[in-house]
Amino acid sequence: MNNIKQAFQNGKAFIAFLTGGDPDLATTEALIPVMETAGADLIEIGIPFSDPIAEGPVIQAASERALAAGCTVDRLFDMVARVRKTVKIPLLFMTYANPIFAYGAERFMKRCRDCGIDGIIVPDVPFEEREEFQSVCRAYGITQIFLVSPTSQKRVAEIARESEGFLYCVSSLGVTGVRTELQDNIAEIIRTAKKVTDTPCAIGFGISTPEQAAHMASYADGVIVGSAIVSLIAEHGRNSADAVRDYVASMKNAIS
Amino acid sequence: MKKGRFLDFGGQYAPETMMSALNELEDAYERYRADPGFRDELSALLRDYAGRPSRLTFAEKMTRDLGGAKIYLKREDLNHTGSHKINNVLGQVLLAKKMGKTRVIAETGAGQHGVATATVAALMNMECEIFMGEEDTKRQALNVYRMNLLGAKVHAVTSGTGTLKDAVNETMREWVSRIADTHYVLGSVMGPHPFPTIVRDFQKIIGEEIRRQVFRAEGRLPDAVIACVGGGSNAMGAFYDFLNYPTVRLIGCEAAGRGIHTPETAATIATGKLGIFHGMKSYFCQDEYGQIAPVYSISAGLDYPGIGPEHAMLYASGRAEYVPVTDDEAVAAFRYLSRMEGIIPAIESAHAVAYAMRLAPEMRPDQILVVNLSGRGDKDVAAIARYQGVELYE
Repeated sequence: MNNIKQAFQNGKAFIAFLTGGDPDLATTEALIPVMETAGADLIEIGIPFSDPIAEGPVIQAASERALAAGCTVDRLFDMVARVRKTVKIPLLFMTYANPIFAYGAERFMKRCRDCGIDGIIVPDVPFEEREEFQSVCRAYGITQIFLVSPTSQKRVAEIARESEGFLYCVSSLGVTGVRTELQDNIAEIIRTAKKVTDTPCAIGFGISTPEQAAHMASYADGVIVGSAIVSLIAEHGRNSADAVRDYVASMKNAIS
Repeated sequence: MKKGRFLDFGGQYAPETMMSALNELEDAYERYRADPGFRDELSALLRDYAGRPSRLTFAEKMTRDLGGAKIYLKREDLNHTGSHKINNVLGQVLLAKKMGKTRVIAETGAGQHGVATATVAALMNMECEIFMGEEDTKRQALNVYRMNLLGAKVHAVTSGTGTLKDAVNETMREWVSRIADTHYVLGSVMGPHPFPTIVRDFQKIIGEEIRRQVFRAEGRLPDAVIACVGGGSNAMGAFYDFLNYPTVRLIGCEAAGRGIHTPETAATIATGKLGIFHGMKSYFCQDEYGQIAPVYSISAGLDYPGIGPEHAMLYASGRAEYVPVTDDEAVAAFRYLSRMEGIIPAIESAHAVAYAMRLAPEMRPDQILVVNLSGRGDKDVAAIARYQGVELYE
């Protein structure tokens, strides 16, 4: 069993996202163990990109703050290597194709392996372009997470069949960000996926409240929360630890 | 797996939510491109609404003044809405209509593509929303008003640098938010497959006409075809029909802004490197970590950090040349063509005129050079006045 699947051994998984380097790397470094202790089963660390086309305003702003504060891929690798000394849960990078491509995919994956990153999520590399990074990911034991969305339709089974780690199920149309209402049609997509794979399914995009998390967890093996956490960090800055700890604990509790 | 590739350039690097719409678009395009009814309908629109074929004008005074090759101007500036953009928009909106879409969205830089989209949306009774960088809404305030007049809603995009790339980001975000009834009318030969192919096909009429018109006037092929390149749609349209005629030099003029050795440039081939962005693998202006560079050009339409994948292929294979042209050169050419031929070119097209002014004297008088005059310069008059220190408000 790969490390990522272990995140789904502790009841429904709570997957937490934060933007690396927002507002600075020391804050990210401090928050990762805080989130683990509060009950996060897996953490996605966003590598900030200048033009995050899949993100809503909250994560766009966080990416801008992180880049303005001097966050780079190299500094993130160093930071992850430091937190890995204590953090045991799986860690993923979420970023766009170009930061990986510019760094050199092979060099990137090697450094991921060396610092203890388990997988990557790259929203602008869809299933059809998976060959871009697939062979180097495999060579270095890095799992590439695929996404399905409410518009995936005919492609769900094909993607699910080849999925590894977990299947990232996008809850609704649009970009990342808090939504007051979530639709339920992702449930059908997950049913389709479950017929062809035993890879866990986690739902992300738009989830912010414990009630939403509990509801979405009833369809899936885990929930992913990003913008709500990033909003707390935007509000509390370097002193986010308490707010993030309480929030993560309440969310994990809601799906347990 | 190699769908929509030009050598290794291009591809379909798009978010999952966009993929079904891209597949649907590809299927519809494959079906309608071969459909005689669709082709007839589009031809009639291009002729009766856009005013095609656009003229080929012999620039006699310019030719004499520069003392080299015979210079012809391909007059895309005479099209309805004032640029080549209408060719692609008529094709895409007609296609969207056939697909049952009721709403179109588009990015725009200078506003030419936005105006063309708003125009055709009005004609075809579609809801229309345009995304334009906030900086560009100021540079091109008249075009914003024009789009409003045509019934389109214009969103000023404040994210990032507030220019063309940010407008593309925001249009992509909007598309994945409302995809079922909406078609994204992408304005250049860029983005994820099938856009680079569709836009090129709808623009290749420019080169087909150039070849026919030059043959009629001169009985032979031209020696060089010059066009400005941002994403590259007018250049791709002008070049495509000549790809199999290796004696015809194809030259794309990139916006060098204040110079390719300054950070204030948008010359992608001259200063960029290979990357993956906006759905495609191509060349992009970026830093060592792959962050997209905040590019600059006096021309809002060329102020883009990338280039279409087919151009990347033509550059890599050596079939086309790409040269940087500065703001100063473009402004000088803008004034030159106005005085010399009585034609005020778009500041984008003035980049191509500027290079023609450099190249023509090096060519022989029996050689033929065609400049694709992709748009007219009415929209730029106030900005050029300001560039030259004249306080003129629209």
